[in-house]
Amino acid sequence: MGLYSRRLWINRFNLAVSLLTMLIGLFWLGWILLTLFQAGFKALGPALFYAMTPPPGSDGGLANAIAGSLIMATMGTLIGTPIGMMAGIYLAEFGNRGWLAPVTRFINDILLSAPSIVVGLFVYEVYVIHTRHFSAWAGTMALALIVIPVVIRTTENMLRLVPDSLREAAAALGAPQWKVITLVTVRAAKAGIITGILLAIARISGETAPLLFTALNNQFWSLDMNRPMANLPVVIFQFAMSPYENWQHLAWAGALIITLGVLVLNIFARVFFRNQTPTY
Amino acid sequence: MNAAVLQPGPQTLVQKIRVKNLNFYYGGFHALKDINLEIPERKVTAFIGPSGCGKSTLLRTFNRMYALYPKQEARGEIFLDGEDILSPRQDLNTLRAKVGMVFQKPTPFPMSIYDNIAFGVRLYETLSSREMDERVEWALRKAALWEEVNGKLKQSGTSLSGGQQQRLCIARGIAVKPEVLLLDEPASALDPISTGRIEELVHELKNDYTIVIVTHNMQQAARVSDYTAYMYLGELVEFGVTDEIFIKPKKKETEDYITGRFG
Repeated sequence: MGLYSRRLWINRFNLAVSLLTMLIGLFWLGWILLTLFQAGFKALGPALFYAMTPPPGSDGGLANAIAGSLIMATMGTLIGTPIGMMAGIYLAEFGNRGWLAPVTRFINDILLSAPSIVVGLFVYEVYVIHTRHFSAWAGTMALALIVIPVVIRTTENMLRLVPDSLREAAAALGAPQWKVITLVTVRAAKAGIITGILLAIARISGETAPLLFTALNNQFWSLDMNRPMANLPVVIFQFAMSPYENWQHLAWAGALIITLGVLVLNIFARVFFRNQTPTY
Repeated sequence: MNAAVLQPGPQTLVQKIRVKNLNFYYGGFHALKDINLEIPERKVTAFIGPSGCGKSTLLRTFNRMYALYPKQEARGEIFLDGEDILSPRQDLNTLRAKVGMVFQKPTPFPMSIYDNIAFGVRLYETLSSREMDERVEWALRKAALWEEVNGKLKQSGTSLSGGQQQRLCIARGIAVKPEVLLLDEPASALDPISTGRIEELVHELKNDYTIVIVTHNMQQAARVSDYTAYMYLGELVEFGVTDEIFIKPKKKETEDYITGRFG
């Protein structure tokens, strides 16, 4: 066999294997989505968005859980993002000297891979026990603690992709370092950092474990941050495990709402930032 | 090496930059060895020499670019208009306002063409929007880019071609009205036509600015510069009027390099 035909066959073989692995991945994803849509759409109706979670046997919706999830995910992101971004900027822009940055990076990697239930237990231990009640603040804290390491990691990685020549060019004009960072490097890494924040939002939208020990659940409409708050993941967890059929339907609907919400957020961000990504 | 030998041309020239006993270290590596040099005002001075000879390193001491990196260190004196810029009391931002720099690879900022130019100006001056518009147009005209970008100033600077991006970077450097312009192989990433435009530009800009250019291309050095310094292994081998360096260099090493009989 000649060199050319051998390379041709190796190429075909590798292409086939790659395609196969992609199809295996897509197959499960497709199946999950199909099941979710089939079961979820059955329970989808306007009542979902205005009725409270029902007691067993009666009709109801998910209004309190949707509101609670939105509030806690938003607050968690609002608290976690600036902290994560600033830490990421520190690691990328100032992290080449001293011992603090490598240590921070190492701890952050541990935090990033820590099971989320540990985060929930931690907040339970340091906050819930002292206040003697579950609360939305505790849930928000737990979610923020999950957001922070994700944002730190992506911010640092994206800033490191910005070429040093760009930093030098800004410094060569006489810009002080804080202006170089805020006006040039962070801006150059903007699309990547936002993708990281979206990933973090997607992740906390579906987290059950950290909320189980912190925000718990609430059967009624409540916007009080100092009281337990309903949220979709815990409601799904409780309702899906219950023997009542209408609760199970609601659990499917809740899962569908989370999935669609994350999907819409991602599509929106892609379209919005499509034309703003610089190329190097 | 006798410093007096290295003084270029007639003594009536105003010396803009005077380098005295300059040594430079990258950590433990001794990259520049006892450099003495005088760069005349409103002329083009070229640094030539093989890769790794220290020409870019020398250029980067003039705006203390190396200060961004903790392990790099310069010892000696560099006088800009008689003031030692290596002194710890020298404010880096005011130094860099006076000494602009353009790099090998075009480095447009991720913002509009207009904001690319305005970025540096805003660091030092508070201009009304009309004054800023005028300044941006002035800088772009000086860099011979105005005709090509007029009407699309809101577009991203990264959307321009390589040659246009490099002229944008030159315009950005000019906009803050520096006195010295450092060009670090400004045309090495560009095609011959873009290179030609950059060279023409250098020719025009020397009426207003002191220009120091590092280049690998000896024809380019011969075309654009008034004075040339030949460097080798961190030492300044020969410095003089470009025509003399290229036609009858005083040292054999210089001649070997220029005629391609190097090594």
